[in-house]
Amino acid sequence: MRNATGPSPLLTAVLLAPGALWFLGLLVLPLGVVIVFSFGERAAVGGYQAAFVLDNYLNLPARWTAFKNTLVLAPIGTVVCLIAAYPLAYFLAVKARPETRTALLILVIVPFWTSFLIRTYAWMFILGGRGLPSLIEWAGLGEVRFINTPFAVLLGIVYAYLPLMIFPIYVSLEKLDKRLLEASEDLGASPWRGFMQVTLPLSAPGAVTACMLVFILLMGEYLIPQLLGGGKVFFIGNALVDLFLQSRNWPFGSAVAVSLVVIMLATVSVYMRFAGRIGGARDVSLV
Amino acid sequence: MNKRDFIHQLWRYKRGSISRRQFLGATGLGLASTVLATTMPELAGPRRAFAGELGDKVALTSWPSYHDENNFKAFTEQTGVNIELAVFGSNEEMMAKLQAGGTGWDVFVPTNYTIPDYVSQDLLEPLDTSLIPNFDASAYETRFTDAGTVDGKLYAISKDWGTTGYVINGGKITDPMATWKDFWDLSMTKYTGRSMVHDYQLTTIGNALKYYGYSFNSIDPKELADAEKLLLAAKPHLFGINSDYKPSLLSGDAWASVAWTGDALQLRRDMPDIRYILGQEGGEIWSDFYAVVKGAPHRAAGYALINFLTDPAVNAKEVLFHGYPTADSRTNALLPKELLEDPIMYPAAELLAPLEFGAAGLITNEARAEIMARFKSA
Repeated sequence: MRNATGPSPLLTAVLLAPGALWFLGLLVLPLGVVIVFSFGERAAVGGYQAAFVLDNYLNLPARWTAFKNTLVLAPIGTVVCLIAAYPLAYFLAVKARPETRTALLILVIVPFWTSFLIRTYAWMFILGGRGLPSLIEWAGLGEVRFINTPFAVLLGIVYAYLPLMIFPIYVSLEKLDKRLLEASEDLGASPWRGFMQVTLPLSAPGAVTACMLVFILLMGEYLIPQLLGGGKVFFIGNALVDLFLQSRNWPFGSAVAVSLVVIMLATVSVYMRFAGRIGGARDVSLV
Repeated sequence: MNKRDFIHQLWRYKRGSISRRQFLGATGLGLASTVLATTMPELAGPRRAFAGELGDKVALTSWPSYHDENNFKAFTEQTGVNIELAVFGSNEEMMAKLQAGGTGWDVFVPTNYTIPDYVSQDLLEPLDTSLIPNFDASAYETRFTDAGTVDGKLYAISKDWGTTGYVINGGKITDPMATWKDFWDLSMTKYTGRSMVHDYQLTTIGNALKYYGYSFNSIDPKELADAEKLLLAAKPHLFGINSDYKPSLLSGDAWASVAWTGDALQLRRDMPDIRYILGQEGGEIWSDFYAVVKGAPHRAAGYALINFLTDPAVNAKEVLFHGYPTADSRTNALLPKELLEDPIMYPAAELLAPLEFGAAGLITNEARAEIMARFKSA
């Protein structure tokens, strides 16, 4: 029971403090440092030297290819993930028998029990010359190359992010009120039309969330292009690692990082506005 | 038992064809070491009683395929100190971590040309040689050890040395290749999609400079611009940019790569067809060192580790594993003649003559760093 005026302001402040400090100390302040650094100069031996110049931002076109690779492969990866994940989530939530569903869900999670790095290394061998390409050649289908190509990176992305896409969609499909489908059937809709007009729109919020989750993570991806791209498929995440660990050009690295955050904010807000129109605001109730 | 038999047994042991016990039995080393250990216990190194002072771990930062794991095991058995090994692919990355601070590293393996920069940034501890009794400066060939001394103070002890050339898979590439020009030209034409370069500015830019006959160490803007042009033209033709190129050569994906001495030797164990070529135009000769990081959290254990690895008997096993020549004559006296005459480890004098040691200052050079970064993100 709480009183009519709610908790005291002091209690509210105390309860909010840990979260607020956390964000302030680990998100806002570091971001502030990055922004300050992005206007600085590289010290002679590498690192940061205080200054106020715009050179780092003017030099951004030097990383154009990395931005382009990320901005092309991240959305494609997200869409391929969505196309692969939706039927699977649908099957799990709607078609699978309840007694096998738990086992199947665990199978989706199983890959997480092994380190992501090790699983990506496994892909290096599968896609390398002695893996799939040798099988394809043996079957007489010609000589192919997978490793160190955008295709390998895309495959690694879809493999790695598929579970992240499946779960939000699964949850929204699982919550779906089956009586709505019965109603559509009673009103003469075919199963296909029922799916298109009832299931799909009602699961859209889950899909929208899943896509955003995957897309944001993909924009910062580093490991997959590093291992499966072999230095040939370069994401902005790889450019950032290089700037901090190889060139030790912290100011330029900071400028690239700030630009990435800006691009991401812009993309996501456009996406949210667009996505809100197709599914976010829909709320159907039977009563 | 003659040297050839010994080496034969050693490789069988390395490949895992015979067990450690069989190896020690077949070579008589087991008996010899038992006798030595009982008659001269001091040879077995510091006792476990020291473990308390040394602590239970030491952090070593080094390079891929650069240490014999059995030596590490022996060190842990003798001292109770576990070695935490971290592996890097470039000096830049090591320096970046040390500059950022808080690495927790004790001992690391820098290359000759980086040492003056580390010293000027106050990142290394001047070595206390009384803690490294196995080190005997007079036993070393000085041209490989000079770089360890800055302003008269010893900061680093020679580990080994080597050259940077390129390897080609002789089963796939039969063209006569002898120069860096051959490497780049064929990488961009006949063998497109089959060559690799290091993810390391010193060697990648340096060997692009050699294409034009410029110095490996050039920082001349016009020469660097030429090198960048070559790198950008070659990029679409490369199989990959990676300092860990052995797996790609072994799997047959890559047929050629810029390579270091020991990697060529290690590759030859599995691919007898491999050829190691030093460009006639020149290129890099280098030496690697052990150094102690300033403020090392396990300083005593770090010194104990360097002392252990400087022991000629231990170092000989290291050389047999990694395939890089050592500058320590005491170690060489323990190595088989075949190895000391190996053309990969000890290239002909006329090929060695034009090679250059990396120049101080290159590791912090902004122009070269940015060219490498542009090449990678192109």
